[in-house]
Amino acid sequence: MPRTLSAPVTVAFDYTRSTGPVLGRFLTGLRDGVVVGARTSEGRVVVPPPEYDPVTNAATTDFVEVASTGTVTSWVWVPEPVKGQPFDRPFAWALVTLDGADVPLLHALDVASPAEVSTGMRVRVRWAEERVGAITDIAGYEPVAGGGDDNDGDGASRLAPLAPQPPSGDPVTGVVTPVELDYLYAASPEESAFYRGLAEGRLLGQRCPTCHKVYIPPRSACPTDGSPTTDEVELPETGTVTTFCIVNVPFLGQKITPPYVSAYVLLDGADIAFLHLILDIPAEEVHMGLRVKAVWKPREEWGTTIENISHFTPTGEPDAAYETYKVHL
Amino acid sequence: MRDVAVVGFAQRQMKEFDGSPTCVELLVPLFEECYGQTGWTRHDVGFWCSGSSDYLAGRSFSFVQAVDAIGVIPPVNESHVEMDLAWAMYEAWVKIQTGEVDTALVYAFGKSSAGTLRRTLALQLEPYTMTPIWPDTVSLAGLQARAGIDAGLWDERAMAEVAQRSLSDAEANDYAIRRGGSSVDELLARPMYADPLRKHDCAPVTDGAAAIVLAAGDKAREVRDHPAWLTGLSHHIDPIGMGTRDLTRAPSVQRSAAALDLDGVEVAELHAPFSHQELVLRRELGLADDVAINPSGGALVSNPMFSAGGIRVGEVARRIWSGDVTKGLAHATSGPALQQNLLATLSSSPTDQEGAS
Ligand SMILES: [Zn+2]
Repeated sequence: MPRTLSAPVTVAFDYTRSTGPVLGRFLTGLRDGVVVGARTSEGRVVVPPPEYDPVTNAATTDFVEVASTGTVTSWVWVPEPVKGQPFDRPFAWALVTLDGADVPLLHALDVASPAEVSTGMRVRVRWAEERVGAITDIAGYEPVAGGGDDNDGDGASRLAPLAPQPPSGDPVTGVVTPVELDYLYAASPEESAFYRGLAEGRLLGQRCPTCHKVYIPPRSACPTDGSPTTDEVELPETGTVTTFCIVNVPFLGQKITPPYVSAYVLLDGADIAFLHLILDIPAEEVHMGLRVKAVWKPREEWGTTIENISHFTPTGEPDAAYETYKVHL
Repeated sequence: MRDVAVVGFAQRQMKEFDGSPTCVELLVPLFEECYGQTGWTRHDVGFWCSGSSDYLAGRSFSFVQAVDAIGVIPPVNESHVEMDLAWAMYEAWVKIQTGEVDTALVYAFGKSSAGTLRRTLALQLEPYTMTPIWPDTVSLAGLQARAGIDAGLWDERAMAEVAQRSLSDAEANDYAIRRGGSSVDELLARPMYADPLRKHDCAPVTDGAAAIVLAAGDKAREVRDHPAWLTGLSHHIDPIGMGTRDLTRAPSVQRSAAALDLDGVEVAELHAPFSHQELVLRRELGLADDVAINPSGGALVSNPMFSAGGIRVGEVARRIWSGDVTKGLAHATSGPALQQNLLATLSSSPTDQEGAS
């Protein structure tokens, strides 16, 4: 048996960012099928445009349209693409200096093998079919057959043919970047013991050898004094509500229809409360000091999860005295 | 300036850590080692600072959980950087310079294997024009390697020579997760991975943690006969856009080096997660030929995220404590293709920087 329990976890969220006038101009250009750079005080055309001049620190204002054809200045082969990259098959990343620009722009180059790439080769931008004002409006680069002589190195004075989509709509002022990360998430050895205990219907905590506090779920070290927690203790399934909140707000992934009560339950003998649901009682009647006990799901539904406990329910005992839980608030 | 020395160092490096990404259970024995080396308890530590990343951990506030390994009663003076251990050490050094504290324990941790490391690190990139297309760390390094090859600054053989030396030196490093040199020709015969990089040109994905103990003046002398005095610290950063950088250079390294006195350096531990990056660093630092580079094997043989840079400091400090060397250089990097760089000189004499030793 491995030391720890693990499970796949996906963390996903969208970053919403305002672009400001400079990156906004660049992304507006992409939406409209042109690549926009900026001329710096040193006379270099930089793509994407920097927001401030690297020498004078003045805000960037001198925008230039560059061509959608260019020359590869460096490249690398990607034998095993990762999620989110422009191609899900092997491809090359390329730094490409577009005609009219003085620095390269990074993007993916759609070729089938490293033998089809070389520094100095001519490529062109392949536009995405649907453009929204994001770097992904460039689907990637593709090789130009015959070297792409349609641009003769005349630079920024010549515009690449505009992509079919005409300039349209308002300037881009924001971007939404979805981020999704996959992990194999492991519990600590102590947490793993806790979850394995749950699969047997037991509530396992640990006692700190130094200050004798009891933690559930157990932690690898006592947060009070840093001692490794080694002594396992089994706790009863009864406890006291120390604090609670009534959930009235619906949210993504919610499993119970509001209103319902989420509460800190201090198990008898424990020195830290843990969060669970209080059901079988009107939400407005839940209060501090309420005595509760665990309600387990049918045994055949148990796994290594806290969800083996469906919820906590009032025991019907008198309320616990405030003194019994006041140091745990 | 107060004289500040590295007086404690502990590390763990492994291919896969069988534990939680908060690494609490990994940090407890590291701190025990630091207490053992210094004779201190946790109450003797004036300031704590950690380095880690929630993106690596896949959960929020992972550094707060890690504080369990310290214990917080009575309350501790604590801070965190979303950077490598070397930068946490820099913050602690500044804290000691303020006179507010005399001692610090800095630590860093990361479970790189929990996710897809080369992908996760795309979140360090420019967020408008790079992160949305997820350029991975290995690819960005490959673009840099190719730029140098095309410019005639190095070739595949020079890169293999770095890997060969690292793998050979790693045979003496118990913490290395990759070790055992063969020959440059044998390495060159291996297949390309991310052309122009072979797998041995890239640091292995590594889990781990490390801790460094700092002390000022007499506090340091109480702990060690030969404290490793931090005689110089300097860090700079290059532009975030990959296109505007000359990838064959690292101006931030050169600028950091110019602020320090590198004369007399006998050993240099350089944080180069890719073989060609050691060549870039050596060029920018202008080190003499007789300087021992990465006797630990360096990051090519184990590169635990968020502690590998600080481990370079620890490796140099160990050699000063033992009396093997009197002056050394440690380098840490962060960001894509050597974007951010920190240099530290360590010496057996606290006044080395002024040339008065
Ligand atoms: Zn305790």
